[in-house]
Amino acid sequence: MVDLAPTPARAARPSPQGGHRRQGRHGIGRIALRAGVIAYVGLLVAWPVALVFWNTFADGLAPVVETFTDPLVLASLRLTAIAAAWSVALNVVFGVAVSLLIVRYEFPGKRLLNAILDLPLSVSPVVVGLSIVLVYETTRGVFGVPLAAAGIQVLFSTPGIILATTFVAMPLVIREIVPVLTEVGTDQEQAARSLGASAPQTFWRITIPAIRWGLTYGVVLCLARSIGEFGAVKIVSGNLIGQTQTATLMVEQMYFDFDQEQAFAIAALLATVSIIAIVVVSVLRSRAERKGTS
Amino acid sequence: MSIDIQGVGKRFGSFVALDDVNLSLPTGQLTALLGPSGGGKSTLLRIIAGLESADEGRVRIEGKDATGLPAQKRGVGFVFQHYAAFTHMSVAKNVAFGLEIRHRPKEEVRERVDELLRLVHLEQFAHRLPSQLSGGQRQRMALARALAVEPTVLLLDEPFGALDAQVRKELRQWLRRLHDEVHVTTVFVTHDQEEALEVADQIVVINEGRVEQIGTPDELYDAPANDFVMRFLGPTTTLAGLVVRPHDIGVVALPVNGAIAGTVRGVHRVGFEVRLTVQTSEAREPAVVTLPRSRWVELGVDVGDPVWLRLPADAARTPADAAHVGGVVGVAH
Repeated sequence: MVDLAPTPARAARPSPQGGHRRQGRHGIGRIALRAGVIAYVGLLVAWPVALVFWNTFADGLAPVVETFTDPLVLASLRLTAIAAAWSVALNVVFGVAVSLLIVRYEFPGKRLLNAILDLPLSVSPVVVGLSIVLVYETTRGVFGVPLAAAGIQVLFSTPGIILATTFVAMPLVIREIVPVLTEVGTDQEQAARSLGASAPQTFWRITIPAIRWGLTYGVVLCLARSIGEFGAVKIVSGNLIGQTQTATLMVEQMYFDFDQEQAFAIAALLATVSIIAIVVVSVLRSRAERKGTS
Repeated sequence: MSIDIQGVGKRFGSFVALDDVNLSLPTGQLTALLGPSGGGKSTLLRIIAGLESADEGRVRIEGKDATGLPAQKRGVGFVFQHYAAFTHMSVAKNVAFGLEIRHRPKEEVRERVDELLRLVHLEQFAHRLPSQLSGGQRQRMALARALAVEPTVLLLDEPFGALDAQVRKELRQWLRRLHDEVHVTTVFVTHDQEEALEVADQIVVINEGRVEQIGTPDELYDAPANDFVMRFLGPTTTLAGLVVRPHDIGVVALPVNGAIAGTVRGVHRVGFEVRLTVQTSEAREPAVVTLPRSRWVELGVDVGDPVWLRLPADAARTPADAAHVGGVVGVAH
């Protein structure tokens, strides 16, 4: 009892001071951290993107209108839209199937498959472009030769662009769905089956609604990535103006041709599409959270 | 017979989950599959439901061979331990699911859902989402959902396992009353002997993939088939080489013919009862005796005092298995 007595006193003495100091350090630390993060994001992302918009409208609306009535610009935008739409569609179908395979089944080579699925994110798009050229090249490519014999040209045409775009955006849908599928588990699906639902009914009524937020995020990321794809597309497309030139390739060319106003206008449009997509998702998401369905 | 199981076996790798299980469950009864976790009872339930397939043996439901039938064609309602609520649908939509799958007319679906929600006392929650309900409410919703399709058999896998003690007790009494109203053949899995003894018409004790005993709660409690069943149904102790229940042992403070002499080693009061630890001369481990507090006061014994123990002729007992001799096994809560 005797040696226990001083303990509370010892503990009590430094605590107000220590507590105060700790609180102060926390306060300053928190402010410094916030300022640091804001400055970092601002300087690295927000400010440069804002400058694009600023430069787009620096000389009024006339150059912008002129840009978006130019048939070559419209052709490039249409090509980007087509490539992005195919990429999203293919990656959604493929992504859902692969995610179900990875989460629900055990098979040899699963870890290898997992690693390969991440490859498009870690390898430079330029490498992706070159690898597609090697496979679809019409004189030696494994797929290129028979396809050329059948009269189908992949490289320097829309199929090649779609292929490259789909390739680079491939992991995005899968990486969004896999954790959701893992968390949801199979209880709901089993319950649906025991209530008389067939496999397709269970898939459409239970599985898809359960992963809809992951899927939505995946689609948005995939769309943004596909619209913005540059490196792989540059290599496989041949960059033929009005034919195989996507919007990002057009921005580059105009920029180097000193058509900077047009380059900024298209860049601003591409950025706007991405920003709208992110805003739409966050609005839908917060509404769903308020309803408690997330 | 509503459910007929013949020679069912199931392995997961080298682990034998079920080994030649034979079981017949009569129509309209409430049956509990009771046993320790990992004993195979959930696997058996899932095989009846078609959510798992047996490696060998046959399952018949209402006379029809269901062994190869997929889950959705068995006419079985299944309730999961963790509710398996359809999180993106309202309570009413959850309950309506099975009917909508069957393309029943809208009006009929609405009436049936209303009726079921009244049955499970959730009528005012019809438009809530499952995430806005408590655990007990979610499980009642899951029950209504399973009953909506008018299953021939209702299967519940540890239905109250995820709920806290108070809600558990309320819900199991409620399940008993519901069953008396609905009369659907019901099988539920539990590892809680109190739950099984209180609710079930019939109990099937399953351990290590085998059926240990089948009987009414009274039959099981009064005449356990073996050491395992005896120990699983409540606290036990050993006296003179027999597994017996601590509250069955009689204690007296004077020598009596046929009683076993011992010395009190410990006295613990647990609520309304007193637990005595008594070292007898014939056993290495002390025996445990529980008696009402009033009886203990009357007896007037304390640590170190001599006492005499005897077992009434009608008390349940099984021969002790050498592995478990002594002490209290599985004290009830």
